[in-house]
Amino acid sequence: MAWMTKIFPHSPPCRRSAWLAVCLCMLLAAGAQAAGPADGEHFGIPQVKFINEQITAGWTDAGLKPSDAATDAEWCRRVHLDIIGRIPSLVELQAFVADSSPTKRPDLVDRLLGDDFIDDYARNWTDIWTTVLIGRDVENEMVSRPGMRQYLRRSFSKNIPYDRFMEELVTATGSNANRKDVDGFNGAANFLSGKMEENGIQATAKTAQIFLGMQVQCTQCHNHPFNKGKQNQFWELNAFFRQVRSLRRFDGTRDIQWIELVDEDFPGEGGNAEEAELYYELRNGLMKVAYPVFVDGTEISRTGYVPRTVEGGGKLGANRRRELADLMKASPLMPKAIVNRMWGHFLGYGFTRPIDDLGEHNPPSHPELLDGLAERFRQQSFDLKELIRWIVLSRPYALSSRASKGNQRDDPSLGEKPKFTHFYLRQMRAEDLYESLLIATEADQSRGGEEAAKKKDQWLSQFVIAFGTDEGDDSTTFNGSIPQVLMMFNGDLIKQATNTGKGGFLDRVAKSDMKNAAKIATLYQSALARHPSPKEVSAANEMLVARKGDAIGALQDIWWAVLNSNEFIINH
Amino acid sequence: MSSMFDLPAGMNRRHFVSHLAGAAAMAAPATAFTNSLLANATDLKKRHKAAILLWMGGGPSTMDLWDLKPGAPTGGQFKQISTSADGVAICEHLPLMAKQMHHMSIVRSMSTREADHMRGRYYMHTGYVPNPNVEHPGYGSVISHELAEQVSGLEIPPFVSVGSGSVGPGFLGMTWAPFVVDSNGNVRNLDMGIDPTRLDQRLRMLETIENKFIGEKRGGSAEDHKKVIDKTVKLMTSKQMEAFKVMKEPKEVQEKYGTTGFGRGCLLARRLVEAGVPFVEVDLGGWDMHADIFPTLADRKLPELDKAMAALVSDLADRGMLDDTAIIWMGEFSRTPNINGGGGRDHWARSWSVVVGGAGFKRGVAVGETSSDGKEVVTEPYSSQDVMASVLKSLGISLETTFTAKNGRPMKIANSGKVIKELFI
Repeated sequence: MAWMTKIFPHSPPCRRSAWLAVCLCMLLAAGAQAAGPADGEHFGIPQVKFINEQITAGWTDAGLKPSDAATDAEWCRRVHLDIIGRIPSLVELQAFVADSSPTKRPDLVDRLLGDDFIDDYARNWTDIWTTVLIGRDVENEMVSRPGMRQYLRRSFSKNIPYDRFMEELVTATGSNANRKDVDGFNGAANFLSGKMEENGIQATAKTAQIFLGMQVQCTQCHNHPFNKGKQNQFWELNAFFRQVRSLRRFDGTRDIQWIELVDEDFPGEGGNAEEAELYYELRNGLMKVAYPVFVDGTEISRTGYVPRTVEGGGKLGANRRRELADLMKASPLMPKAIVNRMWGHFLGYGFTRPIDDLGEHNPPSHPELLDGLAERFRQQSFDLKELIRWIVLSRPYALSSRASKGNQRDDPSLGEKPKFTHFYLRQMRAEDLYESLLIATEADQSRGGEEAAKKKDQWLSQFVIAFGTDEGDDSTTFNGSIPQVLMMFNGDLIKQATNTGKGGFLDRVAKSDMKNAAKIATLYQSALARHPSPKEVSAANEMLVARKGDAIGALQDIWWAVLNSNEFIINH
Repeated sequence: MSSMFDLPAGMNRRHFVSHLAGAAAMAAPATAFTNSLLANATDLKKRHKAAILLWMGGGPSTMDLWDLKPGAPTGGQFKQISTSADGVAICEHLPLMAKQMHHMSIVRSMSTREADHMRGRYYMHTGYVPNPNVEHPGYGSVISHELAEQVSGLEIPPFVSVGSGSVGPGFLGMTWAPFVVDSNGNVRNLDMGIDPTRLDQRLRMLETIENKFIGEKRGGSAEDHKKVIDKTVKLMTSKQMEAFKVMKEPKEVQEKYGTTGFGRGCLLARRLVEAGVPFVEVDLGGWDMHADIFPTLADRKLPELDKAMAALVSDLADRGMLDDTAIIWMGEFSRTPNINGGGGRDHWARSWSVVVGGAGFKRGVAVGETSSDGKEVVTEPYSSQDVMASVLKSLGISLETTFTAKNGRPMKIANSGKVIKELFI
């Protein structure tokens, strides 16, 4: 063993063997909480290798050392939360930790991205993208949330390529609500149906923000104060939306029943439909004209007519939104924006802050990695599941959230650019909390489908104030409030989760033939993916004494505490 | 250190601030905040300031309440009566308030542009029109935030909303979110339903787990969570929670305010302000009278409003609290001078009234005028921002403060509204 000679050049061979034996023993003993795969492991996936190399280079440049790897249990909990929006069940967790296969991580990822979890996967990404696309406002009559969710669930179940997803949302026409009496339902129409007020300025701003990572809303009225955005660029982008009409449909009452999103001829504000212009006002009162020009300067036809065939077989007109979608597809910004967003979802921070503000004024923390991943995502036909696979199997994603002395200063919450030397904590989203409470208590409810979604919406609506209404929030800041804590202390869901009724989770644990210590451990494993510390065990035993032998009551108290802890609600 | 001093979340984005040209004003957010506190600290310490917003959901017809046009074709059915304020007449169906008008002032020259319920509500609460990219803080969040220094001993929330959820804290952060209670003072999910000893045992178990996780030094949010838990437990066990027990008021007092939801809500507001809460919002809805407006007002709405509001104003005055408590009465907009076919009035924001009183306001005056048919403001028009600026001034709160929204954009307090000079000497 050449390496042993290097380390112990002067030792006799027998002592070297003994040392080797000791090393092996220690490794085996550490097996149960084995700190993951070897540091350079990329599971034969070149994109993972690329990520690892780039991140490691970043550490070297910054003079930082990464933390140790997270435990198997921590990694398992993390990857379930991030891919399917819930913690693993006790059975799932134990199976993973016990598995000794060297490919167990890519295998688990394959399963989470595969048919077994297709409903969970679709539900999770539907939740995430609903908030991104239409916010949390449940009272907007111009948007059908069930309609939006239906489209998203279908798209994620089928794993449609991201460029097509973007195109379907940007160019959607049809009825926004799925009603028996209405034809032409297209849930994707809900992205724009509520954003067409005032000539679609919101549609312009949100499309640029979400799909191109560009913040243009300031430039509606003036040139951007600190990026290169100019006022004409905003209106030239807005011009692409001028054929869109968001038509209110009624069924005899005064309330809007559904919206029909259509493309119609845009006659232009100057009255010449062939050169259909719009006017906007500079701050000094001067009026300027704008035609459809993409953010990179590409001009399209100025006609405001929607495409049609004329007598003689000729074609005229242009569908401005289709042109826009094509230009967006080809733009280098498009894959960068989604890569940044996905990276931010899994690693806690994107390469820029905020994640949807790319540009010279906001240099990314890892420019080559961002560009390189964007390029590889395009080459992989914009397959979101592949992108997820690369990210979750990478080394930065496998690190512990415990900062070490060598990387304590890598703290993005202080405004520094992230270096990903350790996993950054973040609070579970309200939706994940809901799902995780159901899983932890093995609640026997079907969690897919619209019925369950409605019930969840109801529970979530009390969070709108409690969890904060801003959908642009960094998930890395804890957004707690007293009403939220009160809800977790004493609300209906927690009462349900901690109920001692027959056949329920606590009842089953209490009635099992496990010893007390094992029962307590079960609670900890189910919710926190770890064993209780000795201190916690004695605290738990004190509870039992305090309950004077009411074993299930004591378990209920411990379970209540576990579910209310920071450790439960935080993704670590 | 009390987390009441947390800077708005937006201020952590140093990198945005550093990019801004002419950064003097922009770099100011942290200093401006501190400056406004320091400048006013001594003043505020002397007396505990507060504001009560009486929110009239639905858009009350102010032409029938505070700015009557008897004899005009748009004048409606009500007569006006004189009040304790010289030269100021109000609706005959507000006889109790008529005796209190020397404490209040009417701004009759409001002219705004949001006649949609959702938009109007947002605009009147924040001074800003709704914007998809920014969540602006409402009155309660701004005022409790600015009066933060005086609430260091407060264990109950500094912003209480009686009735509906009000408007949120936006970029100021969750610390300044409204705490919603019903008019009986009931807090949702407050009662654990287990005995205090057992609650205590649970909390100690919780603390063990929390402290362990915090000790692993994985990040700040672990501690932030514990801080909110601690605040909540403090609330649950605080003696100051007595302030919410409105039913403990003597019967005569409860009857003086009226045994309606709004009456109890106003009484609750007085108790909370007494306990040190700097901002309470009390809701009275049902003003969206597109039909049968006159009987609805005369028989139901106005008596309820009159009793409770008059009781509140006189109670504050009797207890020597009125000079430190600003009162604001308003809805999201008003109603059309023209009466529609159903005997009602529709939405109207072009010319309407807001009523303020107490604190540093000049009392007993009517500011501004509308035309003889009530359809136009004929003096200087005032906006939501102007009302907000005036309320802040009445409480001695600086108008120089600039917040930073989460996207780095500077947000002047009260959206640069100008003080309504006639409300101050």
